[in-house]
Amino acid sequence: MRRLLVVPLALVFLMASAGAAMACAGVFSPNGTVNLLRTSTLAGYADGVEHYVTSFTFSGGGGEFGSVIPLPGVPTTVERGGDWTLQRLNREVTPVQEAFAAANGKTLARTDSAEVLLETTIDALDITILKGGGDEVGTWAKDNGFLLSPDAPEVLDFYADRSPIFMAAKFNAAAAEERGQAIGEGTPIHLSIPTDNPWVPLRILGLGKQEVERVEADVFLLTERKPDIFIPSDGLTLDRSEQGSDGLIADLRSDKGMEWIPEDGMWLSYLRVDSLAGDLTYDLAVDVNGDAPSAVDAGLAKAGAAPSAPAGDGGLPVWLLAGVALGVAGLGVTAGRWSLRRTAA
Amino acid sequence: MKLPLVMGLVGLLAIGSVVVAEARSSSEVPVDINYSRFESEPLRFEAGQTVTFVIRNDDPIDHEFILGNQQVQDRHELGTEAHHDAIPTEVSVPAGATVRTTVTFDEPGKLILGCHLPRHYAYGMRAPVTVG
Repeated sequence: MRRLLVVPLALVFLMASAGAAMACAGVFSPNGTVNLLRTSTLAGYADGVEHYVTSFTFSGGGGEFGSVIPLPGVPTTVERGGDWTLQRLNREVTPVQEAFAAANGKTLARTDSAEVLLETTIDALDITILKGGGDEVGTWAKDNGFLLSPDAPEVLDFYADRSPIFMAAKFNAAAAEERGQAIGEGTPIHLSIPTDNPWVPLRILGLGKQEVERVEADVFLLTERKPDIFIPSDGLTLDRSEQGSDGLIADLRSDKGMEWIPEDGMWLSYLRVDSLAGDLTYDLAVDVNGDAPSAVDAGLAKAGAAPSAPAGDGGLPVWLLAGVALGVAGLGVTAGRWSLRRTAA
Repeated sequence: MKLPLVMGLVGLLAIGSVVVAEARSSSEVPVDINYSRFESEPLRFEAGQTVTFVIRNDDPIDHEFILGNQQVQDRHELGTEAHHDAIPTEVSVPAGATVRTTVTFDEPGKLILGCHLPRHYAYGMRAPVTVG
């Protein structure tokens, strides 16, 4: 699937040798406790390439955490992100803030489960780009020490049905100690992914959470034109939609790896996720080509079905699909709690 | 008879039945595990009935098949046993595996089928079992 961009979030699970809390991600300890901080992610999109910048926070050698993040396509590069891009964006939309930390790379391999497309190490963070279905990626994660939460199988399929590409990340405790990496110190990651439109996985932010737990995240979009964004519920709000200021663009362009931002500026969209995990059943679908956001990208339609659901031209409005999806999800969860269902297979 | 005692008898009566392949005298009851949910026909049995559960785990993560009353579920929710294979009503079901276990229901009552790996039970991995 060739779509988007930015994946701010995500993540799935846990367990590696040291704690990795990804920006915009759910992270769990071995006993299932969720440790989720408010996270930030930038999804920049220019010349058909999504630039996804997020940060993993080292949470110490005692914990066992890791993350798995769905991607819209195979990254052409995985590198250390700039030191202060996310902070600068946060400062643009809030009062003030502060900075970050560290990267490099290497190989290829193959497992019996998911296919390993790329392995690289950035600072003390071991990153693996995987290709496979939900079961395959889940098996790979399990075999590699990740502890998957009970909702992981369904969520992995939710993403793999649309794009079989995932990124797994975990801190190497020994490497972190060797580097003197402090707990709370972040490692920014910058992925460049060719796509047709920007995209941000939101549902995965609720991974491992109880339905009534809150999910909070900041998502920044930088696009060459004002995008059409799928806003399905009160849990996702568009707080800013404006031409990026000259100061912001100049500052971002001066950070490491951010020279892809056009000199003549970009459109800044700032979205805030503040939702119950049980309500966050969709992803952020964005269109920068003048069309309606894709219902498939939003997770409201199966890949291969109607690629988009533009309101008013015969297709179901994406907001209606979202409402139906949320309603069905709510009913499904309620019914599924206690009832036994007959397996279709 | 108290349910704990019933469960104890269930354990004793289901002789060596974990992973029993040939239980001709019992009927087979398929229980699939998918997306961390038990999926099957309603689980209703008669007192004295012996059945072989054929538990198929379609998930890429491990699960458990813990059959018992609420006290049994509560004990396992707080328990620390990483693996189960000694009692027919308490069986570990590895990722992608199919496990068979034979159980005889001695007394009428309401039981629960649950999984107590971290957060699984709270997530909804439980189902009612009625013995009439």
